[in-house]
Amino acid sequence: MSQPSMSEALRGVVRRDLLLAMRHRSDVAMSVFFVVIVASLFPLGVGPEQAVLRMIASGVLWVTALLACLLSLGRLFTADYLDGVLEQTLLIPQPLAVLVVGKVFAHWVISGLPVVLLSPLLGLQFGLSGDSLWVLTLSLLLGTPTLSMLGAIGAALTLGLRGSGLLVALLVLPLFVPVLIFGAGAVTSSLAGIGSEANLSLLGACFLLSLAFAPWATAVALRIALE
Amino acid sequence: MFQTVALSGSRGERLLFSDVSVTVKPGTLLAVVGENGSGKTSFLRMLCGLLSPDGGAILWQGEDIRQLKELYTAQLTYVGHLNGIKDELTPVENLKLSACLAGDKSSGAIVQKALEAVGLGRSVHRLPTRVLSQGQKRHVALARLWLSTRPLWLLDEPFASLDTAATSYLTQRLQAHLSNGGMVVIATHQEIALPTDSIQHLRLAR
Amino acid sequence: MSFMGINWFKYSSPQAFHPLAGKMIPWFSAAALALIGVGLYIGFFVAPTDFQQGDAYRIIFVHVPAAWMSMFLYVIMAAWAGIGLGLNARPSFMMAQAIAPTGALFTFLALLTGSMWGKPTWGAWWVWDARLTSELILLFQYIGIISLRASIDDLRRADRASAVFALVGVVNVPIIYFSVRWWNTLHQGASVSMTASPKMAATMVTAMLVMTLGFWMYSFAVTLARVRCVIAERERQLSWGKNASIQQVAEAR
Repeated sequence: MSQPSMSEALRGVVRRDLLLAMRHRSDVAMSVFFVVIVASLFPLGVGPEQAVLRMIASGVLWVTALLACLLSLGRLFTADYLDGVLEQTLLIPQPLAVLVVGKVFAHWVISGLPVVLLSPLLGLQFGLSGDSLWVLTLSLLLGTPTLSMLGAIGAALTLGLRGSGLLVALLVLPLFVPVLIFGAGAVTSSLAGIGSEANLSLLGACFLLSLAFAPWATAVALRIALE
Repeated sequence: MFQTVALSGSRGERLLFSDVSVTVKPGTLLAVVGENGSGKTSFLRMLCGLLSPDGGAILWQGEDIRQLKELYTAQLTYVGHLNGIKDELTPVENLKLSACLAGDKSSGAIVQKALEAVGLGRSVHRLPTRVLSQGQKRHVALARLWLSTRPLWLLDEPFASLDTAATSYLTQRLQAHLSNGGMVVIATHQEIALPTDSIQHLRLAR
Repeated sequence: MSFMGINWFKYSSPQAFHPLAGKMIPWFSAAALALIGVGLYIGFFVAPTDFQQGDAYRIIFVHVPAAWMSMFLYVIMAAWAGIGLGLNARPSFMMAQAIAPTGALFTFLALLTGSMWGKPTWGAWWVWDARLTSELILLFQYIGIISLRASIDDLRRADRASAVFALVGVVNVPIIYFSVRWWNTLHQGASVSMTASPKMAATMVTAMLVMTLGFWMYSFAVTLARVRCVIAERERQLSWGKNASIQQVAEAR
């Protein structure tokens, strides 16, 4: 009997989720519009003063990215749970944590990557320029995968529960705090001219730490949810 | 050989079954029968390793499946109560992806042959599964059995919502699997038209 | 299973534990009452007035022990949760379930007293100090664990899911503490720390330790009482579920 390699199974999981996203392009578009609209509301609330906007830019854009991730977490496992695909995924003869990495990666491509790509544009709206625009994009590129991975734990724990949308927010937002601090801190320090390397490397450390632990915790949570 | 030893299971705080010891030898089928709510689905999910038993053990070739983990899941094909197919994908895409993930052969031609074998004509192969009827979706899920090379099949109500033609296709497929030395555990309400010397029954009572 | 001749697992079964806990609760309660009384007396009447902060500082005799307890209890809860997951032991999950509300209470108390101390000292009810902020996030995590458990009907899943989250949180809290401190230095925020000065009077240390001990006793008493409730509640559910469980194996050949 042919045993599929781990990378083959990983690719299969990613391919299926991306294929599904292609069939549901409007979902992807919605999360992009969500980010644009939320980010555009802040200047309307705070006022158009460039100096103020530049000061709050990093925080606002990072919190927006965080919320976008949170809102899309419901899509991560719920559909698979309802149609039985998740059950079959658990029976794939590969370590579940590896398959979780595949699912989370696909989720990030659908919900995190568009935000990263859009961020220079949003940064311009807030009067960021040059270096700090780059740092913003880079920090989101490093930070949003971490958000997806941490979020997956919450999504798996609340799978199929009533009111899971609010509950997942309650569970994962505390986990998002360090990423928010380092991500927004990177932009702030680049604006202040201190250099953002330290914050970015801490973001990188968060990424590695969550890559090591989060898929495993998610796998445990999924098995519990499916019992 | 596949065995359960003094297996007991519960759902919530309700005890479903206890002290179930059965042995499934190669080439035989175990039919799990019982009323609705008697724990057939839980029993099957437990055999898959999805549900952990309250007591007892499940042995594959004499080894506990909790120790074997992925080595054990590589031996089984499970068709559950849920179809495990994506509504947005076509039957062909669904089968190719699930076969690829399970490690079975998955070329387009083989998948199409499997779909035809279960009674789904070419006209629906390229439609999104969403537009198919409940019965046809079940066909798609069961077509995985024509692709499976695993020795142990665990099937939850495979005959439900199948027409007579599909029922006989499936019975023939089960027969072929058994005569190849395969093992089947099946939860069902119906009588299975297979030689009785290869079938044993397990009745779960509420 | 016995270890050094003692049957450790005897008391791990809920049936044996229930009466034992009942006997222990009054002792712990009395000890808690006495120790907290003595601690407060030393803290409020014996300990000298601080020459910088005046009498306002005396709230730390409640604040610091409460903050310690909030963290101790979280770690203990996570440890029980981990044991429960590892050994699949129901009593451990019950302990974790019973500890959570007490932990949340101490966290809230620490936050409340922290802001009461902050007003006269920093001139603001809330300062984004690293310790206070971590404490706030800790409260969120306690709330998360309690609500996760509350929204799962299946007991087994509730036990295990909240255990996983408790363990994830144990990794998170130090990271948050570190990141908020980092954030603080970047923003040049509150530079006053809640730590008492190193040359703290011996009476102050005594008061804090006595208070902490009192809080421990209180936690024991309350947790045991709550475990008894949890056991009773679960047993009632169990007796509901105990309808006929006969199964017949008919092997027709």
